[in-house]
Amino acid sequence: MIKKLLLAVLCAPLALAGSPAFASEAEVRLEHAPIDVRDVASLQSGARTFVNYCLNCHSASLVRYNQLTGIGLTDDQIRDSLMFTAEKVGEPMNVAISRKEGKEWFGVAPPDLSVVARSRGADWLYTYLRGFYRDPASPSGWNNIVFPNVGMPHVLWQLQGERSLVHAEHGAETHGPVAPPAFQQVSAGTLNSAEYDTVARDLTNFLVWMGEPHQLRRKQIGYIVLGALTALAFITWLLYKEYWKDVH
Amino acid sequence: MAEAKAPAYDNASWLGRTLNWVDERFPLTVLWKSQVAEYYAPKNFNFWYFFGSLALLVLVNQILTGIFLTMNYKPDANLAFASVEYIMREVPWGWLIRYMHSTGASAFFIVVYLHMFRGLMYGSYRKPRELTWIFGCFIFLCLMAEAFFGYLLPWGQMSYWGAQVIVNLFGAIPIIGEDLAIWIRGDYVIGDATLNRFFAFHVIAIPLVLLGLIVAHLIALHETGSNNPDGVEIKKLKDPKTGHPVDGIPFHPYYTVKDIFGAVIFLILFSLVVFFAPEVGGYFLEHNNFIPADSLKTPSHIAPVWYFTPFYSILRATTESMMPWLAAFVALVAVLTALSVRSRVAKLAALGIAAVLIVGFFTLDAKVWGVVLMGVSVLVFLGLPWLDKSPVRSIRYKGPIFKVMLTLFVIAFVVLGYLGIQPPTPGGTLVSQIFLFVYFAFFLLMPWYTAIDSHKPEPKRVTG
Repeated sequence: MIKKLLLAVLCAPLALAGSPAFASEAEVRLEHAPIDVRDVASLQSGARTFVNYCLNCHSASLVRYNQLTGIGLTDDQIRDSLMFTAEKVGEPMNVAISRKEGKEWFGVAPPDLSVVARSRGADWLYTYLRGFYRDPASPSGWNNIVFPNVGMPHVLWQLQGERSLVHAEHGAETHGPVAPPAFQQVSAGTLNSAEYDTVARDLTNFLVWMGEPHQLRRKQIGYIVLGALTALAFITWLLYKEYWKDVH
Repeated sequence: MAEAKAPAYDNASWLGRTLNWVDERFPLTVLWKSQVAEYYAPKNFNFWYFFGSLALLVLVNQILTGIFLTMNYKPDANLAFASVEYIMREVPWGWLIRYMHSTGASAFFIVVYLHMFRGLMYGSYRKPRELTWIFGCFIFLCLMAEAFFGYLLPWGQMSYWGAQVIVNLFGAIPIIGEDLAIWIRGDYVIGDATLNRFFAFHVIAIPLVLLGLIVAHLIALHETGSNNPDGVEIKKLKDPKTGHPVDGIPFHPYYTVKDIFGAVIFLILFSLVVFFAPEVGGYFLEHNNFIPADSLKTPSHIAPVWYFTPFYSILRATTESMMPWLAAFVALVAVLTALSVRSRVAKLAALGIAAVLIVGFFTLDAKVWGVVLMGVSVLVFLGLPWLDKSPVRSIRYKGPIFKVMLTLFVIAFVVLGYLGIQPPTPGGTLVSQIFLFVYFAFFLLMPWYTAIDSHKPEPKRVTG
């Protein structure tokens, strides 16, 4: 038992160096999403992809259409080119399919995506959107490297084309996330690889913006608040020193 | 109090007249002088003495932002999650109010832990400040309850499953456990009934108790006067002419201006979080809590928020294999107690309690003892005034054994906290088991290690 204790103390640093809070599923190393929520063009392109491809099954019911004015669109632009199912620009981004139908069709109801970027993170979304491959064993015919046996088929497949997984063996001995496996293009899509990555990036960017529409303003106000507080710190420091001059 | 006393203010000005009018009816000037302007505090407060006033600042922040949050929050299982996001998106400045509240929750624990650590270092719990310390411990308990109830309200996955795990702990209590857990939840699982009652506890029941305790904490503090980094009583040496402590300075204006400066520095750090990293990488706002509560989908890893994790680790570390070690530890403390106390009744009581506990360790489920140890790990702070036998108060004059034990305790607290966030691993469990003993040894062996420890003589006056 003493030996065991000693071993435990020696191993403590190892145990402490364990993986971060998110340990789940088959861990594929996530790719860094090169997003920028200040890039209005990218956000608008992402919004277009979102309403065209995602918003048929996934709602974003916490977001109203006219909140897209936050990414530089006018109410008219939103009404003309982004609203397909809603009547008024003040409506939330709901979908026609019910949770029950979704569950029947995909095995699981498509989740609402309003705050998906805040639970999954940008890198996960980016890797996920670029991680679909053909899998005959799956009910939908598709699978995903970061979300094994995902219920959703590859909705953007016409853009990316079909791909298959080259080597699927997972290093049994390795610790931590494994490197993303390689893909082989089976049939071409309408976009080349770089163009598709841009689509995935813009969509991720939009989802991140949508997760917290006020995030840019939050930071802008933060600089003002910090500036004011720094000035106040200086003044209160002088006040403190002035009063304390006579304390010995 | 008010009879036959000359008016304190000049009746010529309207302000003077008003204050005199009030003073004849309410002891405003008396209170102001006795509690603030002529409340003498030691002049040698250092960095560690900011955290009391900062705790008060965070409390005010929590109450004010909380009031505005309740104006738009809906305590309803179907509406709660969306109402929080409504606050984040649609309510003007709602995001700021919500982030100030969520950051304030973590900030509260940071300043309170540092405030408590100050007490440990300088012996602020020692006679005659036992009641200040005890009120403080109850404030800490209330704070934990407040945070626990509040954490359910966003109705995310972590809110839901965290509450589920904690309420299920009560289910471990023999015989009444299951019924007790149902009684707390108001349902067989965490549900709408639970959300409603937790809301009631969070917004009114606990805050009321908390405010009462804080007033008691301050009244007790102002009765004895503050301790200081040297741990010497400034009241022992008074200026014969003024009657004020030689080493004391009036709280106002000296500590008011100093605390205002401290508050601004705190607000800078607070703003860095609120405006630039409100999630703090998933520690202040957990990622999974942005998924609405789903009673059918258990997250793969449920961790409480960081401020609960040291105690949660103690709960998890208490396994079947721990019981012999726990029994040995209890036996050791009991034998030491029996050897140290004079009264025969106390000797027998110590050995008897230990015997009952040891029998319990090997008959009841280890899970029960996990819950007990978690409770004890919080309540044990209450005993500090009577556990510390050192002739001096402050760490400045205590011997090396206390310094080593306090350092080990802080390491144990941090490591247990870290491991409580992580998914359980065999290595992690063993490490947390070792630090569990370190944690309890700091308190329960204190009467003996402080008694044999060396010490330096306390100075007559504070050293600045």
